[in-house]
Amino acid sequence: MKVPFSWLKEFVDIGISAAELEEKLFSCGFEVEELTYLGKDVENVVTGRIVRCEKHPDADRLTVCTVDCGERGEKQIVTAATNVFEGAVVPVALDGATVKHEGGTQKIKTGKLRGVLSEGMFCSGEELGIGDDFYEGASVNGILILDMGTPLGVDIRPIVGIDDYIFDIAVTANRPDCQSILGIACEVAAVLKVPHDGFLPPCPYRAEPTDVKFTVEVKEPALCPRYIGSYVKGVSIGVSPQWLRRRLALCGLRSVNNIVDITNYVLLEVGQPMHAFDRRFLHGDTVVVRRAAAGEKIVTLDEKEFALTPENLLICDADRPVALAGVMGGLNSEIREDTTEVFFEAASFARDSVRKTSRALGQRSDSSARFEKGVYPVFPHFGMERALFLVGKLGCGTPTDKWYLPRSCDLEEPPRKTIETAYAAIDGLLGIHVPKEEVNGILERLGFQIEDMGAEFIAHVPHWREDIDAFPDLVEEVIRMYGYEHIVPTFLEKAAVTHGGLTPAQKAELRFKEILAEEGYCEAVGYSFSSPKDFDLLRLPADDPLRQAIVIKNPLGEDLSVMRTTLTPTMLENVVRNVRRGNESGRLFELANVYHAQNLPLTELPEERKHVSIALWGEGDFFDLKGAVEALGEAFGLKLAFVRGERPFLHPGATACLMLGEKEAGFLGELHPALAEELALECKVYLAELDYALLAKKFKKGIAYHAVPKFPAVERDLAVVVEEKVTCAEMEACILRACKAAQKAELFDVYRDARLGEGKKSMAFRVTFVPDPAAEKPLTPETVEGYFRKIIGNLEHNLGAELR
Amino acid sequence: MEETEKIVEEAQQEIATAHSSRALYEAKMKYLGRTGKVTALLKGMREIAAELRPAFGKKVNDLRTRLETLFASMEEKIKARELEEKLSGEQIDVTMPGRKHARGALHPITRTRQELIEIFAGMGFEIFEGPEIESDYYNFTALNTPADHPARAMQDTFYITEEFLLRTQTSAGQIRLMEKKKPPIKMLSPGRVFRADDDATHSPMFHQMEGLVVDRHVTLCDLQGMLDEFARTMFAETSKTRLRPSYFPFTEPSVEVDVSCAACGGKGCSLCKGTGWIEVLGAGMVNRRVLENCGLDPDEYTGFAFGMGIERIAMLKYGIGHIRSFTENDVRFLKQFQD
Repeated sequence: MKVPFSWLKEFVDIGISAAELEEKLFSCGFEVEELTYLGKDVENVVTGRIVRCEKHPDADRLTVCTVDCGERGEKQIVTAATNVFEGAVVPVALDGATVKHEGGTQKIKTGKLRGVLSEGMFCSGEELGIGDDFYEGASVNGILILDMGTPLGVDIRPIVGIDDYIFDIAVTANRPDCQSILGIACEVAAVLKVPHDGFLPPCPYRAEPTDVKFTVEVKEPALCPRYIGSYVKGVSIGVSPQWLRRRLALCGLRSVNNIVDITNYVLLEVGQPMHAFDRRFLHGDTVVVRRAAAGEKIVTLDEKEFALTPENLLICDADRPVALAGVMGGLNSEIREDTTEVFFEAASFARDSVRKTSRALGQRSDSSARFEKGVYPVFPHFGMERALFLVGKLGCGTPTDKWYLPRSCDLEEPPRKTIETAYAAIDGLLGIHVPKEEVNGILERLGFQIEDMGAEFIAHVPHWREDIDAFPDLVEEVIRMYGYEHIVPTFLEKAAVTHGGLTPAQKAELRFKEILAEEGYCEAVGYSFSSPKDFDLLRLPADDPLRQAIVIKNPLGEDLSVMRTTLTPTMLENVVRNVRRGNESGRLFELANVYHAQNLPLTELPEERKHVSIALWGEGDFFDLKGAVEALGEAFGLKLAFVRGERPFLHPGATACLMLGEKEAGFLGELHPALAEELALECKVYLAELDYALLAKKFKKGIAYHAVPKFPAVERDLAVVVEEKVTCAEMEACILRACKAAQKAELFDVYRDARLGEGKKSMAFRVTFVPDPAAEKPLTPETVEGYFRKIIGNLEHNLGAELR
Repeated sequence: MEETEKIVEEAQQEIATAHSSRALYEAKMKYLGRTGKVTALLKGMREIAAELRPAFGKKVNDLRTRLETLFASMEEKIKARELEEKLSGEQIDVTMPGRKHARGALHPITRTRQELIEIFAGMGFEIFEGPEIESDYYNFTALNTPADHPARAMQDTFYITEEFLLRTQTSAGQIRLMEKKKPPIKMLSPGRVFRADDDATHSPMFHQMEGLVVDRHVTLCDLQGMLDEFARTMFAETSKTRLRPSYFPFTEPSVEVDVSCAACGGKGCSLCKGTGWIEVLGAGMVNRRVLENCGLDPDEYTGFAFGMGIERIAMLKYGIGHIRSFTENDVRFLKQFQD
């Protein structure tokens, strides 16, 4: 919200500097994002009268002028300008001055031009940063010629209207009333404690009676809660006065003509978007506010044609659409040079409706932007009063004495909201005591009427403060004006003690991550959404359940448009990015949700399921990755089994499924070489994705203590020759099944040799026999030998093993 | 008796020439072993007259003792020398690199989140995690964000359907917890949040941490007291907070909370853009309507809520310049956050 300091001063008596006001605004909740001094690039430029013009002795195009700069003395200025003359009052940049120059600034110094001394430079409007909107004649191509009566030798900035500041104020979403000069003026008056009377200043104007009758019909009162029309006769279209054009320019608006400028001026000053129709083009003196028919068309002021839907609200006359409600007027009814009768519209449109139309059509305007922030129903009234006042002030037409309203609303002010509360309630929420006089004073300065009833009071809320609806709102008004520095930090003096901390499940999750970090993996964080193309990249078949992803309706792009059903694609992307950046090896993991819909489209919240994705590339192989998974298993007491598995994106010979009991809890394996090639990965990549939620269900709960056996365990080594197809896991299972005492069988060597025979291998295990904890004597060599023979027998029988 | 002296002499010679424990042991066996010379002398005692035997026996025993002493002293020397030789042969280059186990690291977001959790858990906060895909009701409506509020505009929120969306704030957790639990409540709700914003300073996914306290007689003074404690623990012992007015639909009054700049101690520097303060979080007293929506009587209970961006805290704490760094997952970035 751009607020010129001078405009604000029209309504509030401000006795402090702009910088001081910035601090005051900040303290009461209005952060000034930027404070700009308009004259900052113009320094040491004064007014001067040209008393003599002579031709330069050595240059035809140059003129040597003697200038009377009042108190600053007489100066000699050499100029190339052709519009200067004896007697002209002009801006003179003296030695050491700064002026604007090609988007930057320029220093002016005394020097010689073709041998003749020049003690400065005359300035154009452009060099002062102004055009005709600031000073009549400033837009001419040449030196700015000032009014003859301008005093001499004085600072040029106040003369041309750049001794001013623009406050760019961030207004919070609850304060649409402050999206206006008058709204900010109310706040400034309150924070400076200067008298101020309501939102709208007095707007006297003379209205004449009329026979003209307009009918206004609003077919969608919910989308247009208030509509006021007013008829102005005897209009003469012309250029607005310079003061008005300057204010529009300060706020970034272009002057069009007096009537259109009035609507824009009211938008800035009051915060009410207005529209002016030429009565000639408002067929039947009729206004109908209705939804567009499907396919109905309108051409807006900027000559763009739009095909509409019933989502869009239209202003129509008896025959056709004449404006896109709240967004822009129609080309067919715009104010022209020969307009003599005007129908002003001041309405309040539902912000959602304006927003939808503006978005859907891609058509934005100052009006739509303002409506999207919210225009309270009292504002059309304020706006119309101000517009008619300005018509009178500019003398560009004659207001008439009747306002045209639809039957759906009337001009009666709605009863003011009241809030009844106790002074103690305010103290209770704040935790400090604010004296009653302060409370009353603050609220009254903000436009509330206070009925003080002793311990309690009734606050009558001003009409323009629809954001206020309960006593905490009053508390906020009081404290932001009283000052947050009055708050004394305390530490829940009256609250109950509570027990805090992580739940066991949250602790386990953190521990899980810590173990992976201890195993050398860095934790990654990826977006929860990814590309639907990832499923093709993973070569998932068309009916793969992983493809049943939840789709975002308004994604930032296709690449971020589906909720992840697997973490692997993001992880693969991480690996590719790291390798491209020269990180030739690395280990990563991510623990995050995947999302599974019960139905698509969603009819209930989907299942969010934690998965963990692990990757390793460069150094290390499958068994390093498997080691990490085993470490997790060990830490959480999980009985994990690894069986040969397959995934379309993994190496068919180097993929395992992780089994937890009967359930599959994930996969691990080497990235398929074809996919690695496609991704230009020269190193081998190993990937795992585990169903964390499933694993977490089986995490051991606490420590299960067992008495240590009295007698030591006995280890025996065993080497057998088996067929190549026999797996380590099968051997291990077979050994452990043979007897209870055999509690561990660890593979320590695999050996292949022609002497063993084609397709055979030798596998060596170290078997640990543990005596029964209750046993009264150690394992004897004979017992162990018995176990050993049983194991051999089983291996021979079940797996065709031969003892070496 | 010259024989014994001769034996001693011989033994002394052999001892002197034995250069290893093995040679010494062999020499010792030659004299003191089962078939050794001293043993042979004792065996020869049978042939000596009975009356001479005691004297002879004593002499032989003396000889044994002398020899044993001689051997023992040499044994000690040799052992010491041999140990010396062994150790010098085992000298290693202690400056060679050690054998390391590769170490990973938790993500800076996890670290920061954990640090925050520890601060607030110590003050009695439980940790509550709500769903990331939320219903419109929990994310907006119950948080007093009316249907046509600007915060709900399509450009901010990712929608799945009319009803379901990606949560834009962890504040949604407030409602879910208050529906289940009655005061006293002290809750911290960390997690992923999503906004349809993607530029140099915004990421479409980031992390927030919501805090909520609801009890009888909770005041704005308590809010600042707790946030002061947080700032002191998280940033610096001398950190202070400053409240200034703001707006959130679910709190009233609402405040923006600045923390005094830890880099310059509040004097003003480039980090705090010369103001001495850094904007860290938003907070306020829980709106009465929010309490009502959760079935709590706002005349009986009051509370405060605060919410902060974990990325922002991590960026301040570690001096990370770009929000992108958090999701690029470059191992050179991540490895720096090792314990």
